[in-house]
Amino acid sequence: MPEAVPRELTFGQAVREALAEEMRRDSRVCIFGEDVAEAGTPFKVLSGLVEEFGTERVLDTPISEAGFTGIAVGAAMTGLRPVVDIMFGDFITLTMDQMVNQAAKVHYMSGGAWKVPMVMRTTLGATRRSGAQHSQSLHAWFSHVPGLKVVMPSTPYDAKGLLKTAIRDENPVVFFEDKMMYTKLKGPVPVEEYTIPFGVADVKRVGRDITLVGTSSMVQVALGAASLLEEIGVSAEVVDPRTMWPLDEKTLIESAKKTSRVIVIDEGYERYGVTAEIAAVIAEGAFYNLDAPVRRMGAMHIPIPFSPLLEDATVPTEKSVFEVARKLCGRA
Amino acid sequence: MTTATDKSKANAGIEAGRWMQMYRRMVSIRVFEEQVNELYTRALMPGLAHLYIGEEAVAAGICEALRRDDYVTSTHRGHGHCLAKGASPDRMFAELLGKEAGYCKGKGGSMHIADPATGNLGANAIVAGSVGIATGAALSAKRLGTDRVAVCFFGEGALGQGVLYEVMNVASLWKLPVIYVCENNLYTEYTHYTETTAGDIPARAAAFGLQAETVDGQDVRAVYATAGGLVDHARRGGGPAFLLCNTYRYTGHHVGDINREYYRSKEEEKHWKTNRDPLKLLADWLIEQGLGDSAQFSQIQSEVESEMKKAVEFAVAAPYPGIAEVEQDVYA
Repeated sequence: MPEAVPRELTFGQAVREALAEEMRRDSRVCIFGEDVAEAGTPFKVLSGLVEEFGTERVLDTPISEAGFTGIAVGAAMTGLRPVVDIMFGDFITLTMDQMVNQAAKVHYMSGGAWKVPMVMRTTLGATRRSGAQHSQSLHAWFSHVPGLKVVMPSTPYDAKGLLKTAIRDENPVVFFEDKMMYTKLKGPVPVEEYTIPFGVADVKRVGRDITLVGTSSMVQVALGAASLLEEIGVSAEVVDPRTMWPLDEKTLIESAKKTSRVIVIDEGYERYGVTAEIAAVIAEGAFYNLDAPVRRMGAMHIPIPFSPLLEDATVPTEKSVFEVARKLCGRA
Repeated sequence: MTTATDKSKANAGIEAGRWMQMYRRMVSIRVFEEQVNELYTRALMPGLAHLYIGEEAVAAGICEALRRDDYVTSTHRGHGHCLAKGASPDRMFAELLGKEAGYCKGKGGSMHIADPATGNLGANAIVAGSVGIATGAALSAKRLGTDRVAVCFFGEGALGQGVLYEVMNVASLWKLPVIYVCENNLYTEYTHYTETTAGDIPARAAAFGLQAETVDGQDVRAVYATAGGLVDHARRGGGPAFLLCNTYRYTGHHVGDINREYYRSKEEEKHWKTNRDPLKLLADWLIEQGLGDSAQFSQIQSEVESEMKKAVEFAVAAPYPGIAEVEQDVYA
């Protein structure tokens, strides 16, 4: 990547910079959500935007997720480019009719007459000690719906480039941010303009013996597991699909063919989750090159508990991924 | 408070041509719907349709108060709104028959007709499904300074959906140019509205600070006069309004709802058709005022019948979309 001035941003800063740049570039871009203006959201991701763009473009809404998401659908159809902020991913349940029956279907149902260029930004991720209603990773729900695009950045660089693409897209895009990364994850982000296309996976680490497919928060887990595997002589490749839909099936299948073993790691519920879809794509596309069944690792099929020891047990970790990978590679 | 009747008296001086145009529009809606029923009974139409017969004065009166570039959102019972906003019957029939020449290339059907050229953001088959969209269109109008107004049509059944109250609250806070038009046809599908609706209907909107009016929805003059005032007010930046139109659905919930005696009596239906018919009420008034005669009304009737017959013939003869169309328009 070109690097005129090397610098690092946190994940949250990268998100904010993408929004600010797009709002400067296009006066139709506006933000709505709860506590998005002066408060800059509880995660402070939007701090400073209302000062630059004013309350005409950064609009605090009532606590009415369905209402303001529906308003975003109509605003997007008629000339604005809204970015709605759903504070916790758990609250997407409240927006389901607006996203699934309205935003996702308007273009098709109207035979292409209307389009809905909107973005929903929301969060995912457990281990924040927030209990069962503020900790889920529900991206699989939207990934199931034709008409939506679903983005899951894993680094500050990807977050910025993908969010700019999302805002410029002519379709409803749901953008999931791991709330644990906002301040904890730092990484290089070039100063100059760039975007990242949807449907292009990124090989985050090249390897030979096993492919670890990770999404969002689980990319860092997969990279950590890959380092542990290296210590026992296993070379792991880490592939980040970056967008659940469109999905870069080709890169996933090619990596699987090369390494012959795959684990798909995601923080959503494992059952009927995105790990199942990705595993099926790989099994169908690389069957004759696989030396082991494709493994899935997702969140346990339980509501997320509050108590720290219990909560930490619900999601994949570097260690649990390492253990599964080690066995899959026949290293006892 | 001025009543709707006072306002309609004040508007009595409106030229005869305009009343004749509204009469013709109501006849068009009625004959269109009669043809839809015919297509259904002759098994030429796939699926079902929800007829607007009996409620013509609401769509005709409201849309007469709108500009072509004003927005509307509609419902599952939406043919009347589409026609009143200026859609052409041939492409509407084509849509109902699933033909490529339809407004949505046959992909929407009866409950999803949309037409950007007439500001029709789409009919919606989720009850209250378009309240957010209409409110969002009003937000765009305000932000982009277009002085357009959005009208959100819905039946009294939508009063049961929470999202309506979420968006009315926002519309009032943000002073958006949107009129919420509640068509109370007495029945939420097969249940009398008094069994599902507590308290006073306009008071619900007034509680959010909306200007709330009630009008006889069978009297197109009253509907037009009241709507005109609310639309002008909204267009001038005065904010949103709620208009309750008391009306009646002559036919069943849908074309297949033939035996209705378990939820309403034939006497009740007869009363509305005989004494409260919107076409008859306007015709009688025009005759009484010396602004029209029965020969003119007969001529309008036969002209409309011939127009609708041609439109049906067009739709019946029109080709279905090619199978390759199935995957088009999922994404813009």
